[in-house]
Amino acid sequence: MTFFRMEKINKFFPMGEEQAHILKDIDLTLEEGDYLSILGPSGSGKTTLMNIIGCLDVASSGRYILNDREIEDLTEAELAHIRSREIGFVFQDSQLLPRLTAQQNVELPLIYAGTSPAERRRRAQAMLERVELSDRMNHFPNQLSGGQQQRVAIARALVGGPSLLLADEPTGALDQKTGRQVMKLFGELNGEGRTVIMITHDTNIARNARRIVHIIDGELTEGGDAADV
Amino acid sequence: MFKKICGVLSMLVECVRMSLQNIFANRLRSFLTVLGILIGVAAVIALITTVNAFSGSLSDSFKTMGAGTLSVTVTGSDLKSGLSTKDLNALTELPAVEGVSPQESLRSRISHAGSHDTRIRVTGRSGSYFAKNEGLVSRGRPINVIDENNSSRVCLINSDVTETLFYGVDPLGETIYIDGMPFSVIGTLADDSAKSVTSIMNGSDEIVIPYTTAMKMNSVNVVTSLTVYLADGVDSDTANDELEEWFDALFSYEEDCYSIMSMSSIEDTMQSMLSMVSSLLAGIASIALVVGGIGIMNMMLTTVTERTAEIGLKKALGALPWQIQVQFLIESFLLSMIGGAAGIALGLGLSMFLCSMMSTDFLISVQAILLGFGFSAAVGIVFGWAPARKASRLNPIDALRSM
Repeated sequence: MTFFRMEKINKFFPMGEEQAHILKDIDLTLEEGDYLSILGPSGSGKTTLMNIIGCLDVASSGRYILNDREIEDLTEAELAHIRSREIGFVFQDSQLLPRLTAQQNVELPLIYAGTSPAERRRRAQAMLERVELSDRMNHFPNQLSGGQQQRVAIARALVGGPSLLLADEPTGALDQKTGRQVMKLFGELNGEGRTVIMITHDTNIARNARRIVHIIDGELTEGGDAADV
Repeated sequence: MFKKICGVLSMLVECVRMSLQNIFANRLRSFLTVLGILIGVAAVIALITTVNAFSGSLSDSFKTMGAGTLSVTVTGSDLKSGLSTKDLNALTELPAVEGVSPQESLRSRISHAGSHDTRIRVTGRSGSYFAKNEGLVSRGRPINVIDENNSSRVCLINSDVTETLFYGVDPLGETIYIDGMPFSVIGTLADDSAKSVTSIMNGSDEIVIPYTTAMKMNSVNVVTSLTVYLADGVDSDTANDELEEWFDALFSYEEDCYSIMSMSSIEDTMQSMLSMVSSLLAGIASIALVVGGIGIMNMMLTTVTERTAEIGLKKALGALPWQIQVQFLIESFLLSMIGGAAGIALGLGLSMFLCSMMSTDFLISVQAILLGFGFSAAVGIVFGWAPARKASRLNPIDALRSM
């Protein structure tokens, strides 16, 4: 069984008359339980790569297999299904809906997955407990600190039971101390067996992962173990 | 399968909840948006309810006074300008006819003991008119055959005339002057003496004198306007045919010498005029609904643009395009329905006011309410469709990038 494999992934974007070559022959394989950092400066194509990994976008060419499924063959509805079941997104800015409470925000992915209200509540509460926010369930985002908001966002990413946690600059909007707390949480979640992919431009943050790859000008190079960076 | 349906249902419930939150978070904007729908629905409802109430009371009054009568207007030919007394007697002999009641109107100066001098409409009527319509006379006696034959100078007056001429004095037996000629008051008319078709157009009688007297005062010797009372069990169509035959013979088959109107034909004409006017007005009112719909569409398009990031996020969290579309459709639907409900309330209030102004009975028309809800639901869905579709088609990456 293949958990995660990318083979010769290329991505082109039309730029005026020309085709911009954003991703060049990306090869990447992950096992279940891996903790990977994709490290690269801005403009290196790392966000495009994340969109493809997260099934928000499809590659121009190449193969991407996630949990034994060929992603490029899927329809938009099937991609949405994968996003709701297999992938948990954490964005740079927590992206909580301001008019929903913490618990309602966490329940959001389950609503679209068609989970029953009782089950939604149970799982959302369990997830908020896991990120140590059980006393903040009925708070609105503007009543929470930046770190707390990001933890709610992590709970939301995890509530559907995804096999892959995908984080885009998860500490980008946080101060050093809160950033470290979030990194600690990521470490714990990985310790519990979850696969984590983190995209960042910050070497210090990237070092939290067990494996690092560099992306520069759309080309991926293995960075070895985190300790070597 | 059952689980799937439950999932969809609970998603819809969440959509309704979130939509209401969004609508009420922007109260002023939502209110201004639905104002168009509100006004449109209110106008349509008020119009339909008021017209319904009016036409209902119209047909009621036609029913109470119109049964078993035909109204004849004679324009006459060059040789024969109207009906003589002999013709009237012959007409009464027809099997379908039980009686006839000629009428002759004039406008006259009236006064009493030099007190007042006003111009008033005086109507000449026959004894059979009073015989056929009970309750016309509140005090005194009605006009009888002797009055008719002698062209007596007697009259009945209504309460307005009584008040003007005889303040605090019993009018019975007194003398009033109509165009200078003395008439003795033999009775007073009851207030609701609106018992003929003409009274709908002209208002109720003020002074009634024998029709023969009125003819003399107008210097005419033929009757040109009369009501025909039908014999029991004769329907107005049969009677109409029989009368036409008789009148055709009377006027030597010349055309356009007379016209016969039944109450139901007059009512049909009035109702069709009324419904034409009301559909015209409803057409104008529904323009307001279209304008309201455009307002909703505009607001929804703005909302979609404002919430691009939210849409992208929801897509990233696994929302399907149709789920996004349904959510925005629900929002525009609810917005429109809120406007519609307020419009129905306002419209009903307005028509209640109008009905009391016209002193007709106010009837809540279920049909109108359903129409109001139907209209606003349709507007919400039709005008919400394009914005919702736009939202559902947003590319999640572009949407997320606008964060």
